Amino acid sequence: MSEVLLEVKNVSKRYGHNMALQNVSFDIGADRIVGLLGPNGSGKTTLIKIVNALLADYEGHVSVCGHRPGKESKKLVSYLPDKMALPTWLTVSEALDLYNKFFTDFQLTRAHGLLDTLKVAQNKRIGELSKGMQEKLMLVLTMARRAKLYVLDEPIAGVDPAARDLILSTILDNFTEGSSILLSTHIISDVETIFDDVIFLKEGQVNLLGEAETLRSQYGKSIDQLFREVFKC
Amino acid sequence: MKPSFDPNLPIYTQIVDWFKQQILGGELRPGEKVAPVRELARDLGVNPNTLQRAMSELERDGLLYTERTAGRFVTNDSDLIASLRQEMIATIVQKFLAELTALGCSTADAVQLIKEFGGEIDE
Repeated sequence: MSEVLLEVKNVSKRYGHNMALQNVSFDIGADRIVGLLGPNGSGKTTLIKIVNALLADYEGHVSVCGHRPGKESKKLVSYLPDKMALPTWLTVSEALDLYNKFFTDFQLTRAHGLLDTLKVAQNKRIGELSKGMQEKLMLVLTMARRAKLYVLDEPIAGVDPAARDLILSTILDNFTEGSSILLSTHIISDVETIFDDVIFLKEGQVNLLGEAETLRSQYGKSIDQLFREVFKC
Repeated sequence: MKPSFDPNLPIYTQIVDWFKQQILGGELRPGEKVAPVRELARDLGVNPNTLQRAMSELERDGLLYTERTAGRFVTNDSDLIASLRQEMIATIVQKFLAELTALGCSTADAVQLIKEFGGEIDE
């Protein structure tokens, strides 16, 4: 096993009486694209918030490139939140400037190029953009950093199926060589071909974990089909 | 041109088959340079490691080769391409005849059918 970029060990998180995460453990090595899959409310965002130091009161151990989630780890992790996290009165180019000042690994020229490709208007305010356009902007901001780990929380939830290919190729084209991606989603059919590994999260617990290609040959089924069986209502 | 993958089967074997078809069918010429892994992965919408695995298998089969600094190329061995092409054609014909035989169709009938339908396709 090569370098471990993300180590999650026996992590549990409780909201009142509700166990949002229970004993979750997995590792992500270098150069992997990992799908964090589960229906709404399965704990995906809670886990991602812990990795990104937005939730501190959890049990267990998390290590990002050797650091506990915090100031140091944030320099190495590029995070795409599931909700718009920037003030909506900012214009798109002001948002770029903000990222450029904040993150030393941000590549402004790359970001401009990506906005052109994805046809996001730079002079508009974020609040004037459609939900799909806002998602594309956040994706550009996230992928224009040269990070060790990219954590993408539902990057394709708001875009139409026709734009998904474009989003995926943007991700595949822009992550740094040797870095890894943790991508959470509940829409699997259009994205499953990009995963090395998948983690099924069910009611806060890891239900299935493995290499996507191995699972396909083992079960003779797509990851999407497996997902539908595990999470059948 | 982009193939569509069946997610019920391992993706890398489908990539291998697709490249074989491209090479044996002459879409990719002997000695032609193949795009870098990351570029191909993006264009096909697949994981770069999966694509790398497919490339390695095609290299083991001798259909692709790597030159240390220049990149990856289609083999110049036209005999190999010709023999694999014959092999693939034979497999398809055998499968085709086996299915027709199972439906009670003789080889002579099959020849007749090929002439009829082949005429339509050639036009």
